[in-house]
Amino acid sequence: MKTESPLIRFGLAIYLVLFFTYLLGPLVLMGITAFNSASFPQVTPWEVFSFEWFTTLFNDKRILSGIGNSLIVGFFTVILSVAMGLAGALMLTQIWPKLRATFYTVIIAPILIPGVVLGISTLVFWDRVNIMLGLSDDSFLRNGIFLTVLGQATFISSYCMLVFVARLQRYDLGLTEAALDLGATHVQAFRKIQLPFLMPAVGSAAVLAFLASFENYNTTTFTFQDYPTLTIELAQKVRYGIDPSVSALAFIIVVITVFFALLNEVKTRRAQLAIANGAPVGAVSGSFKMPGFFSGNPAAVVLTLFVAVVVGTIAYSQFYDPEPAKAVLLKEKRAAQQLRIKALQERVRLQRLEKKLKGPDIFGSGNSKVPQPPSKSASPFGNVFAPTNLEKAAGTNKDEKKPAPKKPGTSAFGNVFAPTNLEKAAPKE
Amino acid sequence: MSSGVGVDLQDMWIKFGDFVAVREANVNIKGGEFFSFLGPSGCGKTTILRAVSGFLEPSDGKVLIGGNDMAGKGPNERPTALIFQNLALFPLMKVWENITFSMEVRGASADERRKRADELLDMIALSGQGDKLPSELSGGQKQRVAIARALCAQPDVLLLDEPLSALDLKLRQHMRTELREIQKRVGITFIYITHDQGEALTMSDSVAVMKAGIIDQISDGKSIYDDPATAFVASFVGENNVFRGKISKIIDGQAIIDTNRTGLLRGRVSSMAQGKLSVGDDAMMFIRPEALDISEEKSASDTRIIANVRHSEFEGQSYNVFMEGSAGKEMKMALTNRGETRLYDADVELTLGYDANQAVIVPAGELASE
Ligand SMILES: Nc1ncnc2c1ncn2[C@@H]1O[C@H](COP(=O)(O)OP(=O)(O)OP(=O)(O)O)[C@@H](O)[C@H]1O
Ligand SMILES: [Mg+2]
Repeated sequence: MKTESPLIRFGLAIYLVLFFTYLLGPLVLMGITAFNSASFPQVTPWEVFSFEWFTTLFNDKRILSGIGNSLIVGFFTVILSVAMGLAGALMLTQIWPKLRATFYTVIIAPILIPGVVLGISTLVFWDRVNIMLGLSDDSFLRNGIFLTVLGQATFISSYCMLVFVARLQRYDLGLTEAALDLGATHVQAFRKIQLPFLMPAVGSAAVLAFLASFENYNTTTFTFQDYPTLTIELAQKVRYGIDPSVSALAFIIVVITVFFALLNEVKTRRAQLAIANGAPVGAVSGSFKMPGFFSGNPAAVVLTLFVAVVVGTIAYSQFYDPEPAKAVLLKEKRAAQQLRIKALQERVRLQRLEKKLKGPDIFGSGNSKVPQPPSKSASPFGNVFAPTNLEKAAGTNKDEKKPAPKKPGTSAFGNVFAPTNLEKAAPKE
Repeated sequence: MSSGVGVDLQDMWIKFGDFVAVREANVNIKGGEFFSFLGPSGCGKTTILRAVSGFLEPSDGKVLIGGNDMAGKGPNERPTALIFQNLALFPLMKVWENITFSMEVRGASADERRKRADELLDMIALSGQGDKLPSELSGGQKQRVAIARALCAQPDVLLLDEPLSALDLKLRQHMRTELREIQKRVGITFIYITHDQGEALTMSDSVAVMKAGIIDQISDGKSIYDDPATAFVASFVGENNVFRGKISKIIDGQAIIDTNRTGLLRGRVSSMAQGKLSVGDDAMMFIRPEALDISEEKSASDTRIIANVRHSEFEGQSYNVFMEGSAGKEMKMALTNRGETRLYDADVELTLGYDANQAVIVPAGELASE
């Protein structure tokens, strides 16, 4: 097809760039902010490359316990959802055909019900059960993990069922019949024939269930009780202002995701290669043969590079010290500040002089332009976050802060961010 | 050879809702016999097999295996093994695991199974291929693995559902002989399903011909071919020239039929139709293409037909001559190739003769389509 005009192809390219920017842009930006020493997640006034937010993250007890709770909840949700989803899907294939559509609708309904409703109803339902059984207030029916797992599994098991239904549609029931015919019991036929066939679907359903559980907020927010999961902790944290340790967490999650995506790709490609070469898959997927591993498999190369970069970065972070660079930056900032103060003082002096000489000032507005600081790192927005930087520096700078807010014409953003920054800084002290 | 276990179907009906898939089947299959069900697609062959193997309960009537009523017994409790129309080899198991699956579910050790698998692999001429997956085998090899898997279960009755339909002609012919040989060797009862009449005739001791759920005739292959019971059997098994008409005279086992377009013709009344036909009844007479020949006599009689050649074709062992008789009656004649050139030009007028005993008269009935 050479009839495609260059214009269309150009347009398509633009579209793709926009599309991927829209999809991945926020993730990339967030990942970058994790390495900026600035205390607000930001990219543009780049301060100093630093791993400090990762340290902050790993020292945040609440985040860590949130991850722990998320993992526990995820584990049990996976088990429950996969089991229920599998049972539902099998039921769907066995049930009387006329009932099938109804059964399907019923079982798919939890996906369509808002998570909030599921959360509240889970809470209310088990509370009632608890009362009916006459159990104490701290019985396991009121346990946060128990409730969260059940609440999440109500709709996650429907996802799992969809995965199983898709796989089961490709299952030849003749295989089960063949097994029965050869003397197997129904259980044996299921365990030895049908279940192995469903195994890939069990894998994908488990991954899907875990991810859905890990990222769930709506339902969990009603059921977590004493066991806040990661999403709950993050939401609570963000309520008091955001800092780049959240970016650091996001970055880690992205890295893990990319790793598994690449790993999966490598496996798929190897299987394809094996089939293309006519070799049995089983024979190839046994061991890692170095030359064979890479041959004709770009995904494997990318994966190896990726792992190398991650390992390298972690190793680098062990001895990398951002402090000297920070000190330099601080110095520059202070110098810039001094310059600005001097300029201001000069202008005030001039104004006073002019006032003395003439009456009203005609060029006043023009003069209000502050001379740009010479330093490279002090960007045009340098003074936007100035209050934060000053805060960090030391108490002595506090009196120097005063002139800054006095210049309303300098920057449109200056005033907007200043209060936030001050507020955030406050609890630290 | 009659050591095997017989299968009897007694007044068996199978219905799916209002639809009758099998109507009043009465079949006696002797132990150790190679029995075939032959019929067009959708006539209920697989349904009968599923009833024998236990996947379906008959709506009415009985299935007996070795004289025992099988009602209420599941497929894993019957001494049958079924070779499925699509083979249904387990795709995730190796060939040897497939073959010995029946031993695995009975708890045999891996060593035992491996040993038995090797024996069976030798038998089906696939030695050393036990570690392959089914997807790595050719069609004919899969076929043989399916047979070995069924035989490994040591069934009394082996049920085969069109196992050769997916194979090409050469392999099919080869597998026919092989199956027949295996059957002779193991001596168990084979129930074989096919819509290929050549297959049924070459392999079977007995053939049941089915039409839309009804069994029309059960006989050995030669009788099915030479002495069909119904118009359907005559037209479904092999090729035939059909002459419709009314019976005008009955003499001993023979009859004169007043055909619509070809005048009075003589034929033999099918043994199944003896006594059922009387003068004036609608009837059909069937003459096989190979039963027609060029007559020395040039005049028409009750065993001679005059026709014009339309076209001829050479088919290796024979010539096929397509002709048109009076009032456009189409006929086909097959002449054995004996070396002389016998391709007839169009429009040559021929007088065809036949032996009245090779023309079969049956009551008028539905013909096989095609
Ligand atoms: N489970 C079922 N429910 C309803 N109708 C069925 C069912 N199974 C088979 N039938 C019908 O019964 C008839 C016979 O089916 P069967 O599978 O026995 O045909 P067959 O002779 O084996 O054909 P083929 O040579 O194509 O395999 C068909 O008309 C089919 O539509
Ligand atoms: Mg069939």
